[in-house]
Amino acid sequence: MSAAIETDVVIIGAGPVGLFAVFELGLLDIKCHLIDILPMAGGQCAELYPEKPIYDIPGHPTVTGQGLVDRLLEQSEPFKPTFHYGEMVEAIEVLGDGSAPLFRLRTDIGKTITCKAVVIAAGGGSFQPKKPPIPGIEAYEGTSVHYAVRKMEAFRDKHVVVVGGGDSALDWTLNLQPLAKRMTLVHRRDDFRAAPHSVNAMRDLVASGQMDLAIGQITGLDGADGHLSAVDLKGADSSVSRIACERLIPFFGLTMKLGPIANWGLNLTENLVAVDTEKFETSTPGIFAIGDINSYPGKLKLILSGFHEGALAAQRIHRYVYPEKRLTFQYTTSSTSLQRKLGVA
Amino acid sequence: MPSITFIDSKGTSRVIDAEVGSTVMETAIRHKVPEIVAECGGACACATCHVYVDEAFMPIVGKPQAMEEDMLDFAYDVKPNSRLSCQIKVTAALDGLTITTPDRQG
Ligand SMILES: Cc1cc2nc3c(=O)[nH]c(=O)nc-3n(C[C@H](O)[C@H](O)[C@H](O)COP(=O)(O)OP(=O)(O)OC[C@H]3O[C@@H](n4cnc5c(N)ncnc54)[C@H](O)[C@@H]3O)c2cc1C
Ligand code: FES
Repeated sequence: MSAAIETDVVIIGAGPVGLFAVFELGLLDIKCHLIDILPMAGGQCAELYPEKPIYDIPGHPTVTGQGLVDRLLEQSEPFKPTFHYGEMVEAIEVLGDGSAPLFRLRTDIGKTITCKAVVIAAGGGSFQPKKPPIPGIEAYEGTSVHYAVRKMEAFRDKHVVVVGGGDSALDWTLNLQPLAKRMTLVHRRDDFRAAPHSVNAMRDLVASGQMDLAIGQITGLDGADGHLSAVDLKGADSSVSRIACERLIPFFGLTMKLGPIANWGLNLTENLVAVDTEKFETSTPGIFAIGDINSYPGKLKLILSGFHEGALAAQRIHRYVYPEKRLTFQYTTSSTSLQRKLGVA
Repeated sequence: MPSITFIDSKGTSRVIDAEVGSTVMETAIRHKVPEIVAECGGACACATCHVYVDEAFMPIVGKPQAMEEDMLDFAYDVKPNSRLSCQIKVTAALDGLTITTPDRQG
C-alpha cells in the first residue's frame, strides 16, 4: 500500500521501555522506528495512569506517568526516532539468518518496514477496545457495531447510538450528530467524565431536541444478518425500553491483548515472550523482547527493569547492525563522541 | 481476622479470612478467587475487580469515591451495590461480609 521503509531497528511499542531503548540504541548510532497502536507515546503510563505519581524511578523521588513519558521523549529526541502511531504490527517475516538477520514487518494498514533487528517492547500487549458482554454482539461487529470510528461517512443518515461517558464517547457523539439521522448517547449515570465543554455542548443539543440522552445500560440487541435494528436499554429502575438504531458505538475503555505477537513463532512462557538475560533475545536471533512483555527467571514487571533490559539488548543489536565494528564501552559523562551524538558537546 | 465470603457467578462460595489493612481485591487474588482479574494491580485504573457488595453491608462499606465511580463506567452490569474491590479496605467491621462476583470482567 504505502512505500517500503528501511531502517536499522523497529521497536514495537512506544511505552516507557521502548522509548528508553531509542536512547540506548541511539548512543550506539542505531536508528529506530517505533510503531504503536495508540495515538501517542507512553504505553500504560500515558494510557492508564497519566496523573498518578510513580515513586520508584531511580533519581525521581516522584514523577507522574505522563511526566515520565515527556522526559523520556525529550531524552530520546537527539536521535530523531520516527513514530508510527495508530498502527498495529501484524506480521514479521524473517528474511535473513542468524548471522545476518533481516526482517520485514507489516502493519494493519499495509505499511512494511525492513530492518536488521526487531525490539518487541509491547508491554501487556496492544491496547484494544473492551467489548461489552451483550449477548450476540459478535454477529453485528464490523457491520453495525463499531469500537472505533474510522470513516465518519459510514454513519451518515443512520440512527446512531454511542455508549459511554468519557471523552471518546462525547467527542464522537458531537462529531457524528450533524451527519446522523438521529443520535442517542447512552450512559449508565447522568454524570460524565468527559471535558465539561463537550458535556455542555451535548446537553445543549439534547435541550434543543437535536439528539437524545438515555441513562441506563444496554442489555440486548435486535436485528438480522448483521444489521442492527434496535437495542434494549435497562434503566436505573431496572425497567427495559427499546431504542431503534442502525449503528452502535460502545466506548468501554481499553484492555491489553497479546494480539498478533502470539503468531510470530517465538517461544512463549505463559503468554509472555521468553528471553535470555544476557541479551534479552528471543528464540529467533535478531528479535529481542524487553519490558513487561518478556519473561525470564526472576523477572519483575517494573519500568526500571525494562530500562536495564534495553541497554543490554542494544549491545547485541550493535553487532547485527555493524558486524564489522568493535564496540567500546563509554560513559555519557566523559565521552566526547557520545556527547556529540547528544548534541551537548 | 474478619471473614469474607466470595460467591462466584455460578453460585460457588469460598470463605476467606482477610487481613485487616489489605484490600478485598488483594484478599481475593491472594486466595485465587476466580472472576476477579485486577489487571492494574489495585490502582483504580482498570475496573476488572468489579464486585457486588451484600446490600446489608452497603452502609458499612460505603459508596465509591468520584474516581472509582468514573472507573465503574468501564464495568458491565453496574448495580447500586457495585464496587471496585481494590478500593475496599478490610476492617474488623467487615467480618461476615458477602461479595458476589460478576461472570465477566471484560
Ligand atoms: C496503574 C499502574 C501503576 C503502575 N505503577 C508502576 C510503578 O509505580 N512503578 C513501575 O516501575 N511500574 C509501574 N507500573 C507498571 C509499568 O507501567 C509497566 O511496567 C510499564 O508500562 C511497561 O512498559 P513497556 O514499555 O514494557 O510496556 P507498555 O507501557 O505496556 O507499552 C507497550 C506498548 O506497546 C503497544 N503494542 C503492543 N503490541 C503492539 C503491536 N502488535 N503493534 C503496535 N503496538 C503494540 C501497546 O499499545 C503499548 O502502547 C504500573 C502499571 C499500572 C497499570
Ligand atoms: S484492580 Fe484495577 S481497578 Fe481495581
